[in-house]
Amino acid sequence: MTAVMERAAPEAARSARSFWTLRRRDQLTAYVFITPALLGAAAFVFLPLVLVVWYSLHEWNVLADTFDFVGADNYQRLLDDPNMPSVLRATAFFSVGLVVFNLALALLLAVLLNQKLRGTTFFRVLFFSPVVVSLLAWTIVWGFLLRDNGILSFGPNWLRSGSTALVSVVVVQVFKNVGLNMVLFLAALQGVPQELYEAARTDGAGPWTIFRRITLPLISPTILLTSIITVVGSLQVFAQISVLTQGGPGTSTTVLVYYLYQQAFQFHAFGYGATLSVLLFLIVLALTVLQWQMRKRWVFHEH
Amino acid sequence: MSIKVKLFLYGALLVLCVPFVFPTWWMITSSFKPNAEIFSPSLWPSSWSVEPWRQVFEMQPFAQQYFNSAYIAVVVTLGTLVVASMAGYAFARIRFRGQNALFLLVLTGLLIPSEVTIVPLFRVFNTLGLVDTHWPLILVPMLGPSSVLATFIMRQFFITLPGELEEAARMDGLGRPAIFRRIALPLARPALGAVAIFTFLHSWNLYLEPVVYISTQTRYTLPQALTQFTDAYQGALWNVQLSAASMTAIPVLIVFVLAQRQFIEGLAHTGLKG
Repeated sequence: MTAVMERAAPEAARSARSFWTLRRRDQLTAYVFITPALLGAAAFVFLPLVLVVWYSLHEWNVLADTFDFVGADNYQRLLDDPNMPSVLRATAFFSVGLVVFNLALALLLAVLLNQKLRGTTFFRVLFFSPVVVSLLAWTIVWGFLLRDNGILSFGPNWLRSGSTALVSVVVVQVFKNVGLNMVLFLAALQGVPQELYEAARTDGAGPWTIFRRITLPLISPTILLTSIITVVGSLQVFAQISVLTQGGPGTSTTVLVYYLYQQAFQFHAFGYGATLSVLLFLIVLALTVLQWQMRKRWVFHEH
Repeated sequence: MSIKVKLFLYGALLVLCVPFVFPTWWMITSSFKPNAEIFSPSLWPSSWSVEPWRQVFEMQPFAQQYFNSAYIAVVVTLGTLVVASMAGYAFARIRFRGQNALFLLVLTGLLIPSEVTIVPLFRVFNTLGLVDTHWPLILVPMLGPSSVLATFIMRQFFITLPGELEEAARMDGLGRPAIFRRIALPLARPALGAVAIFTFLHSWNLYLEPVVYISTQTRYTLPQALTQFTDAYQGALWNVQLSAASMTAIPVLIVFVLAQRQFIEGLAHTGLKG
């Protein structure tokens, strides 16, 4: 302590200019540079996260402009809500269906594009193109294709029958975004060392064994990453539900985000909407933690 | 590879292409079909009609709505680039007190999707009298969750830059802000491009926020406007709606075809880091 004082004393005696050492100026620059991002995150990410918990303990009546503390009432309502089992089932089914179908198709496309063929760049562009087609345009044209006298109107009325509506929305969403995961898988496949394949072939392994024993373990970090992105993304799907099914028929496609939108902004159950938001956050959090735990278990690590 | 295997692979690729390409094709060709023909399964309109394209502008202030979407996306993209590149640079290249703790805080921001916070933000914007203005559609994407992701991406890029360049600039007497502007930023062009593409598309596609905040037709953005082409009985006017959808999709598709490598690698890269 005294040593610091002794050193500080002559330093303070020097001119003000020497106070602004390179290191101090660097520090100041750093704080100036991060301030807009931190203030933004504070105002539009963290503060609202605190508020959403606070609001879930209140009831806000927009018209009468009353804002009353109601304690755990909204959480009791959540437990008693007869729609909740169906909403959670739809959400789970949607997410699981989306991840499984998306990852399987992405891997299939990536394996096909990874063959030594001419024109794979062309096909890559075609498979990727829906990613850049405006989300609403894509959703609307699929609504047009799947409607009762649309071009795909063999079989059931896809969007109006309880057994197919959710699957239809999954399919529309998978074709929209599978290109992203496809590109990630393609990069991962190209990173697998060729020597491993050659060695396996010399040992007499067939293509399926090579895929299962070499390719899959080596690209497992990418599988985990894409599954996290895809699961979290699936929980945010709103426009597709809103345009294609409005949550119906019944509540068969009412996923959590859509339900929270309905409660907060259509039925003006604002506090309950906040409670559903808290639930959504907890689900995202739990899934992310769970998947990072899984990473330790089964993902292959290079040393 | 034998001819048979090659043929099989091409066949598989062609078949798999259909659900990716056909909807866009169908959207554009159907938008030129006259009313009487809209439900016919023909792949090519028997007579091309520009009437639906004209009706788009009659039924709604579509040019205004197009402008709204475009200017909001441009402002959000430019703002995000400034905010994220500055913060990303500081986190990657400057050592400062609290760096790790603050960066960890930023990382936790990646866990909070904007759907979770829309309810409280609506009340905040309502209190500020900013509901039914474009402010929420600009501020939330520019500074909220998607900006946090952009900061993270920029940080991951800047951390890979070799330190020698900056040291050389130091020797020449450049200060930090000058090093950032003249050395680091020009080198970061690929990352900036990736963030720009991702941010622009995010804003261009934003749907929940406009639906929640905007209620005046002239202030609608495109995604919201697209759903409003209905007849008096709320039935969709398909050819008009698909014309508007085509107008929304085609410009981005053209840019994509011209710069497909930057788009694919950029978006995959930002997705990867997300």
